Amino acid sequence: MSNTTTHIPGPTQSLPSARALKLVAFAVLAVALLIAPAVLYPVFLMKILCFALFASALNLLLGYTGLLSFGHATFFGGGAYFTAYCVKALEVGPLTGILIGVAGAAVLGLAIGVIAIRRQGIYFAMTTLALSQLAYFCFLRAPFTNAEDGIQNVPRGTLFGVIDLTDHVTMYFFVLTVFAIGMFAIWRIVTSPFGEVVKAIRENEQRAISLGYNVNRYKLSVFTVSAALAGLAGSTKALVFQIATLTDVSWQMSGEAILMALLGGLGTLTGPSVGATVIVTMQNYLAATSVPVNVVIGVVFVISVLLFRKGIVGVFQRFSKAP
Amino acid sequence: MEIFGISVPALAGQLLIGLFNGAFYALLSLGLAVIFGMLRIINFAHGAFYMLGAFSAYMLSAYLGASFWLSLLIVPLVLAALAAVLERSMLQRLAGLDPLYGLLLTFGFALILEGGMQYVFGVAGQPYSPPASLSGASNLGFMFMPHYRAFVIVVSLFVCFGTWLLIERTKIGSILRAATENPSLSEVFGLNVPVLITATYAFGAALAGIAGIMAAPVFQVSPHMGSNLIIVVFAVVVIGGMGSIMGAIISGFALGLVEGLTKVFYSEASNVVVFVIMAIVLYFRPAGLFGKDA
Repeated sequence: MSNTTTHIPGPTQSLPSARALKLVAFAVLAVALLIAPAVLYPVFLMKILCFALFASALNLLLGYTGLLSFGHATFFGGGAYFTAYCVKALEVGPLTGILIGVAGAAVLGLAIGVIAIRRQGIYFAMTTLALSQLAYFCFLRAPFTNAEDGIQNVPRGTLFGVIDLTDHVTMYFFVLTVFAIGMFAIWRIVTSPFGEVVKAIRENEQRAISLGYNVNRYKLSVFTVSAALAGLAGSTKALVFQIATLTDVSWQMSGEAILMALLGGLGTLTGPSVGATVIVTMQNYLAATSVPVNVVIGVVFVISVLLFRKGIVGVFQRFSKAP
Repeated sequence: MEIFGISVPALAGQLLIGLFNGAFYALLSLGLAVIFGMLRIINFAHGAFYMLGAFSAYMLSAYLGASFWLSLLIVPLVLAALAAVLERSMLQRLAGLDPLYGLLLTFGFALILEGGMQYVFGVAGQPYSPPASLSGASNLGFMFMPHYRAFVIVVSLFVCFGTWLLIERTKIGSILRAATENPSLSEVFGLNVPVLITATYAFGAALAGIAGIMAAPVFQVSPHMGSNLIIVVFAVVVIGGMGSIMGAIISGFALGLVEGLTKVFYSEASNVVVFVIMAIVLYFRPAGLFGKDA
């Protein structure tokens, strides 16, 4: 946390020892992420990082702004398509490709956001779902996406023309950097004055309006930023797996991101990453068995909603705060 | 005979298909509206209920040799029973929470039901033949009218307006509306609101079951037949506004017709026309065409 915080000290303020504990935890996590590729398969780790960033981007909207987008796969998969196309067909570098993917996702986010924020609550969820289905059909028909085949054999390329990303471990550290930048952006946003206004909208939209905030402009900004970050995750994923397909823009993908954020803990900084780690690991193990993955995901969904609405991190925070 | 360069039989044929699809949109969006009116949640499992309706008909016929007409009676009851169990055991616990949790819970139901059916039957479609008495078609002079499609449209209209009458014009309907308007006051007057809620959810699911069994002979009976349809129905519901039963019925049929017309004039857009209309309606009339508030 920044030292120049203007919070009034209160019961929610972390005690110095708790802050030290947080720093230690952060350091341990950082070291673990740095040595992880020596222990675990790097592609598996990169998958977790991409989905962690995707779920965190969604959480910025769902957890902090209180808007349930059921169409975030459009931005995730859209970013993947744009990056894959630019890198493969136009032969741009990986960094340029990702930037184009992010920009494209942001434009899509702006376009869908303008329409979706006209309704609240449950209608917002249905509208984003329907609009993302519209986008799905557009991607299916667009000349550059190869319909059902997707864009395959996307080259990872060389970073700055020097660092060859073909090697999994090198790629891992590139993805880790992207993830860190994305998470830092989210942390900066939710701890900024802008983030406070956004949380105020979540708590009481009418009051935020009466305080003079242009609520719709804030919502649209968060929606666009969240879409851009989801695009960042998707673009990176396209380079990692060297493929962009319709699966990435399907509504099931949007549902998975929601589950990851919910399972980990909505409105917590680390929750979505924890949720993504659990779900991706589970999918990896289940893929080798005959257990139907979707049924298990559905069961986890039902359990999370019924018994576990605060999520893993939320429950943990409550225990650590108890006297 | 031609209109706008399209031959009349082709145009009439597409309009009929549009009306036929509209019959399903209307039945499903009606179910969603009835459930939303009472429970204040969007039933994401509605597409899965529709799929289960079709699969129940298929299983009744394949394993027990039940006829279409018998299934048409049994399937809605099966769906209603399943929905009542789901509502009693789980959905009820979410009362008073943000309605988004209801959406997410029913999304979980949908994943389990679809994943389960896919596990058992695979993704390929199962065949289900229409009853012999409804096969064939009549020549109306300007077009051929397949009997089964006409039957579906008539049944759907009948069920939709029956539901509307039930809710708007009968004692049961007024009790339901009272319980929706003010649950706590209704309880004071001795109404058993939790039972009404369960019954409403079961009724909505039964409507989806009717749609499902009627779809079985025409569309492939497959585990994913409901999931893509339900998103279109969500768009229909957003266009119509959830406020009124009649709004759901009219927008269901109307959008089916519009989709059919689009197929005639610009077939590439027929998959997306409903979503495009939704975007336009939201932009100019955020509350939906029949909605009262935003």
